[in-house]
Amino acid sequence: MKSDKVINKVDLIFRKSESDEISVIKRVLEKKPIDIINNIIDSGLRGRGGAGFPTGLKWKLAYEQNSTVKYVICNADEGEPGTFKDREILDVVPQKVLAGMAICAYCIGAKKGYIYLRGEYFFLANKLEEIIENFNQKLKTIGLDFEIQLYLGSGAYVCGEETALFESLEGKRGEPRNKPPFPTSVGFLNKPTVINNVETLVYAYIITDIGPNEFKKYGTKDSRGSKVFSISGDTPKPGIYELELGMTVEDFVKEFGDGDTKAVQIGGCSGKCVPRKDFATTIIGFEGIPTGGSMMLFNSSRSMYNVLHNFLEFFCEESCGQCTPCRVGYQQLLKGIEAVKKGERPASYLEELKKLALTMKVSSKCGLGQSAANPFISIVDNFKEEMIY
Amino acid sequence: MNEIENIVKEMFKKYGKSRTALIPVLQSIIRKKRFLSDEDIVEVAKLFDLSSAEVYGVASFYSFLDIKPRGKYVIRICKTISCEMKGSKEIIESIKKMLKINLNETTKDNKFSLLTTNCLGWCHKGPAMLINEDVYYDLTPEKVAEIIEFYKNK
Ligand SMILES: Cc1cc2nc3c(=O)[nH]c(=O)nc-3n(C[C@H](O)[C@H](O)[C@H](O)COP(=O)(O)O)c2cc1C
Ligand code: SF4
Repeated sequence: MKSDKVINKVDLIFRKSESDEISVIKRVLEKKPIDIINNIIDSGLRGRGGAGFPTGLKWKLAYEQNSTVKYVICNADEGEPGTFKDREILDVVPQKVLAGMAICAYCIGAKKGYIYLRGEYFFLANKLEEIIENFNQKLKTIGLDFEIQLYLGSGAYVCGEETALFESLEGKRGEPRNKPPFPTSVGFLNKPTVINNVETLVYAYIITDIGPNEFKKYGTKDSRGSKVFSISGDTPKPGIYELELGMTVEDFVKEFGDGDTKAVQIGGCSGKCVPRKDFATTIIGFEGIPTGGSMMLFNSSRSMYNVLHNFLEFFCEESCGQCTPCRVGYQQLLKGIEAVKKGERPASYLEELKKLALTMKVSSKCGLGQSAANPFISIVDNFKEEMIY
Repeated sequence: MNEIENIVKEMFKKYGKSRTALIPVLQSIIRKKRFLSDEDIVEVAKLFDLSSAEVYGVASFYSFLDIKPRGKYVIRICKTISCEMKGSKEIIESIKKMLKINLNETTKDNKFSLLTTNCLGWCHKGPAMLINEDVYYDLTPEKVAEIIEFYKNK
């Protein structure tokens, strides 16, 4: 199957907006919250942080909560290896992120919002705080009772998980909570909370500004709109690109590969690895492989054993250790592939390890442990020889 | 008032007089001293009306809230695969030679500590590293030598 479709580059996120953010918010204040929310629902926007929950529905669930205290949180923890687009968005168009938060706050009735920025991006903090301060003042003058504050992380990947992030904001160890209850009813300080990825908030702002139809023009039935991708690895043009959703990996590789791409890791360490034979049939989007935007390309000079080893080390370090399947599971997967490589275990042992990864998927408390099977099975199955020899 | 009390007061003002201010306090101490001593933890716990074990538990959870003594400049090299493919291991080796220390060690003059860290978010410009809060990317052994020299004389 050969497709001639070229990749569609989109320019919504970083484009200089025609209308300034405050005047868009002013227009919003004249409408009913539920109408704004229905607009977002109509657009089909789904969360850009990885899990892909419908954004409008999330806002509606928080809107329906009967509470005088609610929160809006922008998840800028961006810890998934291979992702760097939220940094760029916060650096280049921070006003749009803040506007997305303010619109959400108006819709659900929140008075306070936080941006949880990963500690690695400290260099952005001073500038962002100034911009936030200025923005808060402007919201006051147009009569929206909402204030944003910046909060920094301290080098823990698991804190990107929404409930771990609340714990961290509350001054505790970043250990994920059980779900349910979900954040829209019990979130930060146990109050109804909308937590969205940086990029999601910008799209919510853009959709509110230009209308859902402009957004729906892009993408497919299951994956509406465009998405910002972080592209790295063996590519002549690494960087940040906003692309239409729903392309095949083959189209992607045609545009970004180095002519010798043997695999693409979609969605970072917790995502899946697509081998060359599946490029043409795999769609990048919610109907195929969803992604928070991390795309790593590997050419034939790379050892996929090394890649998997690197990913497993990452998870061993970043597991919060709260539940056994994840804490012990990742260590066993790592030791396991080392033993097979050294010939201390037969190749069939890989099948046992795959079962372990599937057990972790069903028995871990949060996404960090539940993701084990994604990289593990897709790499082991497709590059078995590289695991053994 | 001592230094820790000042920091706590400042953060209470900024984040409210609650536990929400705890991590900002610890981060602030790190930025000044590069690690949290036992005495600092006890002091912070007292000011927050928490047990020292509780504060220690929080600090030890986060990789940037060091509880081991560190040098004045903490170097953290990204070890994620994208940076590794662009030569991060070579960068680590060259710094080890330059500073005559191994990973997770501090130079005798207490000036530099050498650590690794996970993805820094500069995969398209790897290899990347942090020195304290500052980011450096597109590293080569030559470039790194120049940067380290700069910090040596700082
Ligand atoms: C281990 C782990 C790490 C995560 N890290 C992030 C992150 O850095 N940024 C992010 O937006 N979402 C992250 N998420 C997803 C969040 O839990 C949550 O789904 C997301 O912030 C919701 O926003 P969205 O609906 O706009 O995507 C992570 C999830 C897990 C399980
Ligand atoms: S799955 Fe892993 S990271 Fe998540 S709660 Fe369990 S131990 Fe912690």
